[in-house]
Amino acid sequence: MVKHLATEVVVIGGGIMGASTALFLRQRGVNVVMLERDLCGSRSSGVNFGGVRRQGRSLAMLPLSQRSHALWGRLTELIGTEAEYERSGHFKIARSDADMESLVRYAEMTRDCGLGLQLLDGVELKKRFPVGGTQVVGGSFCPEDGQANPRLLAPAFAAAARRAGAQVLEHTPVQAVEHNGQRFVVRAPGLEIKANIVVNAAGAWAGQFAEQCGEPVPMRIRPPAMGVTEPLPHFLHWSLGVEGGSIYCRQVRRGNVVFGGGPGLVLDDTRARNRATTIWEQLPQLVALLPQLKNAQLIRTWSGNEGALPDHEPIIGASSRIAGLYHAFGFAGGGFQLGPGVGEVMAELIAQGRSSTPIDAFRIDRFLQPASAGEASSPTPERKIA
Amino acid sequence: MIGSDFYLDDPRPADGAAVIVGAGPAGIRAAQTLLAHGVRPVVIDEAPKAGGQIYRRQPDGFARTPKDLYGFEAGRATALHQTFDSLRADIDYRPDTLVWNAQGHTLDLLHTASRTADTVRWRDVIVATGATDRVLPIPGWTLPGVYTLGGAQVALKYQGCAIGDAVVFAGTGPLLYLVAYQYAKAGGKVCAVLDTAPAAQRYKAAPAMLAQPAVTAKGVYYVSWLMLHNVPVHHGVQLLRAEGGAEDERVQALVWKDAQGAEQRTACSAVGLGYALRPETQLPDLLGCEFAFAPLHRCHVPQTDADRRSSIPGVYLAGDGAGIMGADAAEMSGELAALALLQDRGIQIDASRASLLRQQLLKTERFRQALEVAFPFPEDWAARASDDLVVCRCENITAGEMRSTAAANANGDINRIKALCRVGMGRCQGRMCGVAATEILADALQVPVENVGRIRGQAPIKPLPLDMTVAATAQEAAHG
Repeated sequence: MVKHLATEVVVIGGGIMGASTALFLRQRGVNVVMLERDLCGSRSSGVNFGGVRRQGRSLAMLPLSQRSHALWGRLTELIGTEAEYERSGHFKIARSDADMESLVRYAEMTRDCGLGLQLLDGVELKKRFPVGGTQVVGGSFCPEDGQANPRLLAPAFAAAARRAGAQVLEHTPVQAVEHNGQRFVVRAPGLEIKANIVVNAAGAWAGQFAEQCGEPVPMRIRPPAMGVTEPLPHFLHWSLGVEGGSIYCRQVRRGNVVFGGGPGLVLDDTRARNRATTIWEQLPQLVALLPQLKNAQLIRTWSGNEGALPDHEPIIGASSRIAGLYHAFGFAGGGFQLGPGVGEVMAELIAQGRSSTPIDAFRIDRFLQPASAGEASSPTPERKIA
Repeated sequence: MIGSDFYLDDPRPADGAAVIVGAGPAGIRAAQTLLAHGVRPVVIDEAPKAGGQIYRRQPDGFARTPKDLYGFEAGRATALHQTFDSLRADIDYRPDTLVWNAQGHTLDLLHTASRTADTVRWRDVIVATGATDRVLPIPGWTLPGVYTLGGAQVALKYQGCAIGDAVVFAGTGPLLYLVAYQYAKAGGKVCAVLDTAPAAQRYKAAPAMLAQPAVTAKGVYYVSWLMLHNVPVHHGVQLLRAEGGAEDERVQALVWKDAQGAEQRTACSAVGLGYALRPETQLPDLLGCEFAFAPLHRCHVPQTDADRRSSIPGVYLAGDGAGIMGADAAEMSGELAALALLQDRGIQIDASRASLLRQQLLKTERFRQALEVAFPFPEDWAARASDDLVVCRCENITAGEMRSTAAANANGDINRIKALCRVGMGRCQGRMCGVAATEILADALQVPVENVGRIRGQAPIKPLPLDMTVAATAQEAAHG
């Protein structure tokens, strides 16, 4: 017995991108069904670091990141919870003069972008914050960047979308997406949905879907290596990153220090975890950076499958091949902060046909061979795309 | 398969070790069996001395006799210890060592005394990680002086300490009477034994329990001894709360309802609380073993065939970690798992011995079912738990917080509820509070407990010091 639904938009994926897209579409009065294979926010949207950071992003990404920043400021009004969001500040540490120079260059490059970066030398830093380790030369502070709890955020967006009238179907894996010449037909177990628009926000699994739509992109799975200490008295008010990568950490409200850095391990199509060799590299770095952690204990590690593209930029926008299909994926290492902004941009694109935020740098066709003349960007009748 | 540069690609090493994790009754018999067939195992154990919990050995310099330490089981304990001592020189024995992670065919180790991390590569591994107390909280259970039954027993057995000078033992299960007896026998004051199981259950189970007359006789003996020595024993009670002194300094009394419904208050300085045991399953979980709900254990346990093979080639599960069956069964299943391992390596074994062990284990399982009738899990516990009852003491999460989270997330399993309200997210990672948490969630959602799932194991299995050092051998080890 197959249940039939008809809607304007089907969103595939109940992570932060899909859920915020669904919410903002509903706010514009568009009918939405969102399909999630597992539970909303149970994959990468729920297992990332929780950094709400603009500092360090590419120039291309900053307008979107700024738009998101404004939405984060209205989070409670938008989704009815603050999800432990704090504008605690994000500090990027320089461990060498060369790294400090690089931070100075970034601050100059982004001076007109509204980040309000403050460069701190070693002396100033010691006055303001007890970062240990003699190797810290200084760093760059972004006062309005911060952190939030990723376990809470995407489920809250999904719940808000549902309250706003979206149909949110969990434990509903999409099996096929076809086009009957007029509308998309999306199939899941016991379910068939007709829709004018499909949004591919399937996270690490979105690449397979794009490929089936004739838009193969070189996406690889990159699992972040995450861990958390037992709860400790509060001492770390900033979220910390290190120029050039390696370790990053923050202290959550409960007092635990959450950290990441280095690669995790992909177990299979759906699961990933931190790896022992990475943990052995993370722990001494963490203690060197924050001697306060010397006697602390690690209580849990985790990871998740995140999709990464070679130029480290995501794919956002309309399909180049199929009218009515939209993509929002490939956010490995930086999607959490962008989530609300991406949702609003997607809703704008779908409802108005264009976005007021520049997203050209994220077009999917930057990875595609030019289409031949016969393959214009119009719906392909009877084409099975998933 | 999705594309990634970070795949685990770790074929089973032909030259990997036969590893046994845990040196209790199951692990020791497994080691003995392997060695007898020419396979020299690596035996990894968290404790400083082999013996496990039930036959735990005292630290050096302590001098209680086996009879004092193990009572009726002194002979079995001594035999097992002697067996291990005779193997020791011929096996690769690593005491004080925690297996904190499993990845591919590597086990990650922490030598707890030196805080040194190391690894071992396995071709086969027998997991014999045992059990911990099955904890069902009551109001006041976080007061100083309230212990688990198993904890109370370990204090007595290992270091000759009582948990208090006037102790109430409460809950249900065979361990309840055994620990009370051991305390009283050692000269401790036992104020009362409060069993939540109604007396009638015992009569119901009696015929089936007689399948193991010797074990049953011991149980009858403990109860009779306690009664003869004027220790009040009450059946069919309902535990209401533990009460503290001024500012809740330490437990001063246990308040309970007797079988007639009258409220009683027993003054005490300590409480030993427990509802039988739960298997320790984190390692099979990290190894990727399949789990299924076992009604007998009222929890998800890793699956095995009759010879103790798990769903993962080369992984065998023995002892209480694969389902609570007790120490005697642990010895048998350890030997059986080792025989299966040997057979899978193509080594000749005595098939009739394996067959005998299988039969004996089946008999034990029937007895175990009778025990479950005699000492039933208090299924109404969750329904009676008040909203302010602390379920997860690491994170101070109450039953009420769990219920309101469940109400807002009706299709959430225990892992989702954990993510949303922090239950099971502290130092114990749900190892201690998981049973109570899943019961509360199932009751809140009005579904059978098997429907809410189980808390997924995540490394490290137990907390890991941040300032550990890593042995050179570990850094060289291939890690997929």
